[in-house]
Amino acid sequence: MSAQVETPATDRAPGSHRSGGDRLESYALGLVLAVILTAASFAASSSSHVWGPSIPVLLAVLAIAQMGVHLVFFLHISTAPDSTNNILSLAFGVFVVGLVIFGSMIIISNLNHNMMPMDQLMDIHKQR
Amino acid sequence: MSSVVDVASDEIPDGIPLSERGPASVRVVAAFGFWLFLLSDIIIFAALFAAYAVLSGESNGGPTAGDLFDKRHVFIETCCLLASSFTCGMMMIALERREAALTYLLALVTAALGISFLYLEFSEFADMVHRGAGPTRSAFLSSFFTLVGTHGAHVTAGIAWLFLMMAQIGTLGFRPMVIRRMICFSLFWHALDIVWIGVFTVVYLGAHA
Repeated sequence: MSAQVETPATDRAPGSHRSGGDRLESYALGLVLAVILTAASFAASSSSHVWGPSIPVLLAVLAIAQMGVHLVFFLHISTAPDSTNNILSLAFGVFVVGLVIFGSMIIISNLNHNMMPMDQLMDIHKQR
Repeated sequence: MSSVVDVASDEIPDGIPLSERGPASVRVVAAFGFWLFLLSDIIIFAALFAAYAVLSGESNGGPTAGDLFDKRHVFIETCCLLASSFTCGMMMIALERREAALTYLLALVTAALGISFLYLEFSEFADMVHRGAGPTRSAFLSSFFTLVGTHGAHVTAGIAWLFLMMAQIGTLGFRPMVIRRMICFSLFWHALDIVWIGVFTVVYLGAHA
């Protein structure tokens, strides 16, 4: 019986805050965090205090952190039992997004790597 | 005015087995369905991001990303969109409290911030085309205009939707159907802001890093 008590009465819709929580507080906190992360991204992109080659990684980390802030504080996505459907579909979406973006980048860079340099390609065409 | 949030009224009491509870309330089903749509929309953006990532170096002897983008301009655009995301949240709180005047005011602020974002984006596009860096110049610029333009088209659609919702609140009032549509709108608007984080990081800041 205890397992049945654990299950929520209904699922929670994405975007709706858990009852009792202060939504205004959530939005304000989200805004503060998002502003800090945005300012950090813009500052980091032209910073001379950070080792140059590490800046793209830093920007990626800041962007992913800000996306997380938006999901939690603006869209109110959580891992609570009543929003399992929301978080699982989000996980699937993130999986497909990663597959599309990184898959394309790997395949195209591999093709670029294997392609004959353009001047050699031109020579072959001229010899015909 | 009865209860502030109507969710409570259609909640099924505890103690009924899961198999006998029936389908979830319309509000949950509608929002969840819209959430699935948003995820598929984000996958469209993922395809455009992939195209941009692959083609961003192919400038065909024309202007490169580093030459074209003004970071200050993009920072203002980002601030507009972030602020409009926040006022959209405030509007949803006003809506739940059934405060019509405040809802209209916050919707107007949200739309104004969205329109100023679009104005900045459009002036940037016009300036680029004027300088001979239009979408036909190189593969890099084609993918840039497709990615950023698709986001701009979504924002335009969002603003049109918001005005439509204001008209519906005016004519139909705070009935559950209208509230559901407003919830879907707020999800859409926040999701666009999440896509914009990817755009300004990959396209604009990535060009300078």
